[in-house]
Amino acid sequence: MTITHHLDDATLMSFAAGSLPAALAAVAAAHAAMCPRCRREIAVLERFGGALMAGLQPVDLLAGGPRMPPASEPRAEARAGAGAGDAEVPSPVTGLIRGSLDDVAWRWLGPGVWDHVIPIQGAGKLRLLKVAPEHHIPEHGHGGSELTLVLRGSFHDQTGRYLRGDISDLDEDVEHHPLIDGDVDCISLVASEAPEQFHGLVARQWQRLRRF
Amino acid sequence: MFAAQPEVGRYRPFPRAVHDVMADLLRRVAEHADPAAFRELYQSYGPRVKAYMMRRGADAATAEDLAQETLLTVWRRASLYAEEKGSAAGWVFAIARNLHIDRLRREVPWQELPEERMEQASAELAPDEAVSEREREARVRAALAELPPEQHEVVALSYLDGLSHGEIAARLGLPLGTVKSRMRMAYQRVRTALEDLK
Repeated sequence: MTITHHLDDATLMSFAAGSLPAALAAVAAAHAAMCPRCRREIAVLERFGGALMAGLQPVDLLAGGPRMPPASEPRAEARAGAGAGDAEVPSPVTGLIRGSLDDVAWRWLGPGVWDHVIPIQGAGKLRLLKVAPEHHIPEHGHGGSELTLVLRGSFHDQTGRYLRGDISDLDEDVEHHPLIDGDVDCISLVASEAPEQFHGLVARQWQRLRRF
Repeated sequence: MFAAQPEVGRYRPFPRAVHDVMADLLRRVAEHADPAAFRELYQSYGPRVKAYMMRRGADAATAEDLAQETLLTVWRRASLYAEEKGSAAGWVFAIARNLHIDRLRREVPWQELPEERMEQASAELAPDEAVSEREREARVRAALAELPPEQHEVVALSYLDGLSHGEIAARLGLPLGTVKSRMRMAYQRVRTALEDLK
């Protein structure tokens, strides 16, 4: 798996800071599990947090000493290298997407387009999106940040071709019109900060009827 | 806006010597499960974790509890930490950040990432990179301290106040794109400072 589309630096920073809205953080974590490059970036950005936290004016702890676990408790041991990213559903979101992508209860949105909303606590909206070959992901501008992570199949738009593991992390003012270009349905994990602003009558009806 | 902030949670430079001491303490805890070293780590770092929790909006009692929990997790997982895998301060920060998110946002996806990241980091890091770890950490601190105020401001609002890009834009009355580009520039400066160590 060669990943060519990564998280934007500003998104990586917000993720490492723990300040990305929940839905976006879920998709960023899923991408990071598949992407060694972004994991390295996050590790560097966590140093920022370490330096900033260490520089805070200390606030005295009230407890006389640290909590200690019972002496009988075994110490943690490094787990054998987990096969992060090998399963089709990346490990950070297996708690949200249970089972296989083939078992998802899809909701029909229109010709060649299905989605499945994933309830999540916190800000933003998270869902799986399935689009058939030769179909477009409905055109939309962004009302806020949006992340689209390819889990199966591929699409392309004016910013390039997106395969499994690639993430589309575009600025708010970019309108794009992704076309599914493989011969299998393209399944992606999509987080948005705000509801999409669809263009065109059909899309507007979808938005109204389906609260897409 | 920094001038208007209360004393609690105010950011000040942290001397390098303290960082090196901390890395030593964490290594002693990691390698020898040394309770004395852990107690020192608790005393020097616990109050800063508590300050972080309060700055992110926790009340004093919750912040105290989360700081205790963070240090307990440091003790429990110390054997998973090795100096060459990454920054001591960054490692503790990641634990504190995750506990905060877990407690106050009840967000599932975060819980998995840190250990995996550590394992991957160990697999991917060349042995000679370990040597320059402290230098790397010092350079990050120096680069952060030298950031232009407008870049430092967005970085602090993100890391310490926990604000999203949109919330920072609203707080400062700036376009979203400006907030993001300041973050990118801040990161680029630190990246440049680290470049010749790679």
